[in-house]
Amino acid sequence: MSLKFPIYMDNHATTRCDPRVVEAMLPYFTEDFGNAASRNHKYGWVAEEAVDYAREQVQKILGARSEKEIVFTSGATESNNLAIKGAAHQYKDRGNHIITVKTEHKAVLDTCKRLEREGFEVTYLDVDSRGQISPDDVKKAITDKTILVSVMLCNNEIGTVQPIAEIGKITRERGVLLHTDAVQGVGRMPFHVDEMNVDLVSISAHKIYGPKGVGALYVRRNKPRVRLTAEMDGGGHEHGMRSGTLNVPGIVGLGKACEILVKEMEQDIAHVRGLRDRLRKKLEGALEMVHLNGAEDPWRHPGNLNVSFSFVEGEAMMMGIKDVCVSSGSACTSASLEPSYVLRALGVDTELAHSSIRFGLGRFNTEEEVDYVAQIVIREVNRLREMSPLYELHQEGVDYKTIQWVAH
Amino acid sequence: MAYSDKLIEHYERPLNVGTLDKEDPNVGSGLVGAPACGDVMRLQIKVNPETQVIEDAKFKTFGCGSAIASSSLATEWVKGKTVEEAMALKNTDIVKELNLPPVKIHCSVLAEDAIKSAIADFRRKQAVARGEDPDVGIGQKDENVVQLSK
Repeated sequence: MSLKFPIYMDNHATTRCDPRVVEAMLPYFTEDFGNAASRNHKYGWVAEEAVDYAREQVQKILGARSEKEIVFTSGATESNNLAIKGAAHQYKDRGNHIITVKTEHKAVLDTCKRLEREGFEVTYLDVDSRGQISPDDVKKAITDKTILVSVMLCNNEIGTVQPIAEIGKITRERGVLLHTDAVQGVGRMPFHVDEMNVDLVSISAHKIYGPKGVGALYVRRNKPRVRLTAEMDGGGHEHGMRSGTLNVPGIVGLGKACEILVKEMEQDIAHVRGLRDRLRKKLEGALEMVHLNGAEDPWRHPGNLNVSFSFVEGEAMMMGIKDVCVSSGSACTSASLEPSYVLRALGVDTELAHSSIRFGLGRFNTEEEVDYVAQIVIREVNRLREMSPLYELHQEGVDYKTIQWVAH
Repeated sequence: MAYSDKLIEHYERPLNVGTLDKEDPNVGSGLVGAPACGDVMRLQIKVNPETQVIEDAKFKTFGCGSAIASSSLATEWVKGKTVEEAMALKNTDIVKELNLPPVKIHCSVLAEDAIKSAIADFRRKQAVARGEDPDVGIGQKDENVVQLSK
């Protein structure tokens, strides 16, 4: 099989739409273009039926009891905003304290920061060197003012899986709502809203081989019945929680993506895990000083390989492997010139954070691609190390950490 | 962001990568930047003490593509120049030549600092050889302490 360039290994950023998803969506752009809120004609009924069917498909992947617990949104950023702000504003009379984690996605962290400006108090929990929080820390952080705990299922940069089930036991016992941003985790690991006692779950279609611009929020309706204050005013769609005409083709696509994952989850996981382990073995076999960022299985996303190649800067690395699409925690890849806040929260040395590369394996990657990528990554790391004064110091037996550098 | 062809050329086929003998009295070494900032540049020059002409220059850089390209260009530019001429090189010349985007201007600043630091080291060594006070203010005073001229 011939390779097609560039090779895409950035499946945490987004995924290619599965052709089966596209096929399912197509009729809803043309023949069946109706507004799902049109109650009085065929076009509306067909659209509503499609949305209801998608709701059931999403319900199944989350293990929700009722399809009524699924609220469609424009994506996970909106789902996270709606879950956190909606719950905070709804339950502000009960308390003003929210607990989250330092390594959450910005859609959660910045939402919490805005709430702080409104007078809410937010605790940002620390993670250990693998990126995990301790359920005990959640227990200790809960006060009688706490209304919500928000912890992601799986981290988008380092792939660390959080112990949601254990956290859920605690929040349920204390009568505090639990939200999880499950964007990266859903379909990659067993997940069930009842077994994990979560009350709010954000998911996104484009991370699971569906289209961009559509997501969902699970909102528990029973034990406890969660109410959210709507963040947008309008026609009162989605049980009044999210106004706006439904994106019918997108929702159909999200539903289909979930259906495929439910059916094929086991083989999908085995496929990406096999590729990830193959890549890791090749890199670690050929190169010294390759550091894994994050946790080992079972606390790791099966398709995530985030590694730091000592003495090589991440952006230079990415320029060198320009036929391969990956991402880096290096400052140079961001406008802020700050290295990844996630890696820093783990306590990874700043220089290693600059050297990190995230490979995100997905459904459409192949062994041939992994072999090619491993080969050129090894070539580039060696080339850049030959050019690196830090590597030369290392070879001379000098630990560059003992040198007093003058920061600029 | 899209980089210029010249920058990519210097990144993919950098000129003058390597190491000169730092014990040689005619070699000046400059080591600037910090690993924690994501870039470290070491630039070395070999100077003819009679003519003060930089006869060879080598670099090694830990940093992004722009940092590598800036160092490669800096070594190429100082070769054949006198120390005085090399002192006059400005980071803005590098920015112009490589068409560095605004977020990468610090790479050119680092390259200019590396040149100045290497020259200061060379001058310090020459002063020592002449039996003068080596402390000329900038450059490496100590093996393990890197001074950065600002």
